[in-house]
Amino acid sequence: MNAMTDPARPDIQSGRLPAEALARGFSDLHPALEPHEVLVEADRCYFCYDAPCMQACPTSIDIPLFIREIQAGNPIGAAKTILSANILGGMCARVCPTETLCEEVCVREVAEGKPVQIGLLQRHATDLMMETGHHPFERAAPTGRRIAVVGAGPAGLSCAHRLAMLGHEVTIFEARPKLGGLNEYGIAAYKATEDFAQREVEFLLKIGGITIETGKALGRDIHLADLRRDYDAVFLGLGLAGVNALGLAEGEDQIGTRDAVAWIADLRQTADLSELPVGRRVVVIGGGMTATDAAVQAKALGAEDVTIAYRRGREQMNASPYEQEVAATRGVHLRFNLQPKRIFAEHGHVTGIELERTRIEAGKLVLTGETVTIEADQVFKAIGQSFVADGTDGEGAGIALERGRIQVDAARRTSLDGVWAGGDCIAEGEDLTVVAVEDGKIAAMDIHSALTAAERVAAE
Amino acid sequence: MADLTTSFLGISSPNPFWLASAPPTDKEYNVQRAFEQGWGGVVWKTLGEDPPIVNVNGPRYGAIWGPDRRLLALNNIELITDRALDTNLEEIARVKRNWPDRAMIVSLMVPCEEAPWQKILALVEQTGADGVELNFGCPHGMSERGMGSAVGQVPDYIEMVARWCKQHSKLPVIVKLTPNITDIRYPARAAKKGGADAVSLINTVSSIMSIDLDNFAPTPTIDGKGSHGGMCGPAVKPMALNMVAEIARDRETAGMPISGIGGITTWRDAAEFIALGCGNVQVCTAAMTYGFKVVKEMISGLSDWMDEKGFATIEDFRGRAAPNVTDWQYLNLNYVTKARIDQDKCISCGRCHIACEDTSHQAITSMVDGRRRFEVIDAECVGCNLCVNVCPVEDCITMEQIAGTDPRTGKPIPEEYDNWTRHPNNPMAAEKKQHAPAPVTMPDAAE
Repeated sequence: MNAMTDPARPDIQSGRLPAEALARGFSDLHPALEPHEVLVEADRCYFCYDAPCMQACPTSIDIPLFIREIQAGNPIGAAKTILSANILGGMCARVCPTETLCEEVCVREVAEGKPVQIGLLQRHATDLMMETGHHPFERAAPTGRRIAVVGAGPAGLSCAHRLAMLGHEVTIFEARPKLGGLNEYGIAAYKATEDFAQREVEFLLKIGGITIETGKALGRDIHLADLRRDYDAVFLGLGLAGVNALGLAEGEDQIGTRDAVAWIADLRQTADLSELPVGRRVVVIGGGMTATDAAVQAKALGAEDVTIAYRRGREQMNASPYEQEVAATRGVHLRFNLQPKRIFAEHGHVTGIELERTRIEAGKLVLTGETVTIEADQVFKAIGQSFVADGTDGEGAGIALERGRIQVDAARRTSLDGVWAGGDCIAEGEDLTVVAVEDGKIAAMDIHSALTAAERVAAE
Repeated sequence: MADLTTSFLGISSPNPFWLASAPPTDKEYNVQRAFEQGWGGVVWKTLGEDPPIVNVNGPRYGAIWGPDRRLLALNNIELITDRALDTNLEEIARVKRNWPDRAMIVSLMVPCEEAPWQKILALVEQTGADGVELNFGCPHGMSERGMGSAVGQVPDYIEMVARWCKQHSKLPVIVKLTPNITDIRYPARAAKKGGADAVSLINTVSSIMSIDLDNFAPTPTIDGKGSHGGMCGPAVKPMALNMVAEIARDRETAGMPISGIGGITTWRDAAEFIALGCGNVQVCTAAMTYGFKVVKEMISGLSDWMDEKGFATIEDFRGRAAPNVTDWQYLNLNYVTKARIDQDKCISCGRCHIACEDTSHQAITSMVDGRRRFEVIDAECVGCNLCVNVCPVEDCITMEQIAGTDPRTGKPIPEEYDNWTRHPNNPMAAEKKQHAPAPVTMPDAAE
């Protein structure tokens, strides 16, 4: 404790920045391209054969085609191309780590280190589509089939939309008050400005045939056995409800220590960010995108010193080099090879954190015994989330898990008949919106073929 | 430093870059500014009879663009000068007095009768101008009144008017040709027969630049209607080069001085026209797009290139490419090439593959040993060059001449030159192989 110099009152307050600076910090990370910039950028696309970008996209958007449609003055056609492969193409244009997906393999990235800005072009087309107020898809003839979708995150929304389009009736059950999942509660505010998540949900629901039930949590308000009985199929897009704990000897429950995920959710739901308190000195524990998002937003709220402490090296960070760069250029201090040891507190309130230096020996993380103390008013934990199986087991036949998450096959079928799953809650979940969208789409197509096959059998 | 001076029909100018007869040369103010920037000469915008014509009061230009809105071609429905004849003559005389070292040519267009030509030629002579250019080229507006391209499309009229002009004036006569004709050699021959000293080409190409899909009318649109115009700029250069070459290598017109016009934008374009035999070049669209300063790039570029190549004067390379323009039937069928892809430069876009696979000869792989890789299959490659043209990387794909056996035909490649004239598949094959006619020699431009 002697390392702590000023264990005075914790400094956690709101309104640290004038309105203008606050607005600047939370403005669009990638502002939309101007119309002429769009044409110049679209022209850079070579319309590659069997394009690497398209192969790298988890939802297989026909990128060369949509860019050519933009080039030819048909951005609405481009949007249809995008949305037919990925109904959340608008959000993906904003939050996809394109630098590790489509843009990483763009032949211009390979050739000149400057890929076609696919994400921004996608945003241009989808924004224009949404501005028209029209929904580009029509529903097939009603099938009379009813499907329950549990969870209104990207996987659930994608699944619901595709099923509705195929003529099925869908009911979405969502525990939270708003739809969107992490798009609404988890994505950093500066990546989806102007209430984009809700606008996109509204756009998506215009397909029709989707009934919404919010405030309905699985295992509490609704039960899997009932859903399986009452619906022709069930899709689980439950996400990860749990957060990992540091497992420290002391300090983890002090005031000022929070889960980054919950703090970001609060932030996203705060209408006036000048009312959201933040510490003067903030330490974020973790190395993923949640860590960088929390740190950058703490800085944007006016925190003076923000440090990300990660127990491994920079190369092992899950946050992409680009995300690291965003954090660094916005004044976040990134520190590596530091593992939390204990959180200091006075009068029940956080005053700092002690971390122990690590190093990698033969591929294993080893503690060195040397410690470092960082003063802090707030400590955010961002060391991963976990699947909470509430509602999926204990109701008759339990659903099979794999590595703590739901086990599915290639078609996203679970071990339970008539139950599909996708998104972060499945074993293959990648914590990426675009992957969740693809899961929902694949599951919907498989549900559709299962139901139509059943119909054929019944008819014969 | 290379010497860029030219003497075209005895008219000297400090460099081969003249401004073509067009809006940039309509007034003393503009021409003065052009000479200040270094242009070697101008062809004053076409004079006509008084009262002056009128122009439309709506848009008179249309355009097509490439990436980043780079202007590829301009199209106009402007007519000849709309200023009084006296005003123009007065200004021409003053500019020539002030800039004696620059070429001053006056473009003319009057009805197809002897008297009006005689009358206007006398007036032009008094200005001290160095020569006249007969505008037989404009494809819009004036052609509806029997002038411009309406004359240029009838070789007999060309010959007739050229003869009047030579008869009634001592000034050198240049005939400006319209490209809106099937065979450019006929009007060129007519100009020569009429006694014209030179031809200049090409004038603009009849065109509709685009259709406005909101009001279903051509652009530029005047009160809901549009009329075809004359197209110029970078997009017309290949057509112009071909027409210049046709005249340069035609036995009847070979050696006739040519002033090259058509999409000249940089020094390189100018050098290409001169290499085909042009004694100088005329520029319009580049100046109308970027202003008169572009001539500075043209001068330095041409001069530096000539230094690099060891050409001391324009005459040193003028016409060098003309003998290499030949007829298809004389091309060497034993010249066999294969595409070569430089794998270090290849960015794997696959455009060569899909172009060849879908539209040509299935001679480029997309996958080798399970990996994305583009390689030429010599046994299929006909050496067509399409892959070179669609590849976005310069010099990544090149054509290489091969010897020995052609893997495509399995037959040995004869070393000697052979052509279509006696090919067994040619129903008209001659007993003996015919060779291209001996190349025509380029006489001095000043002749």
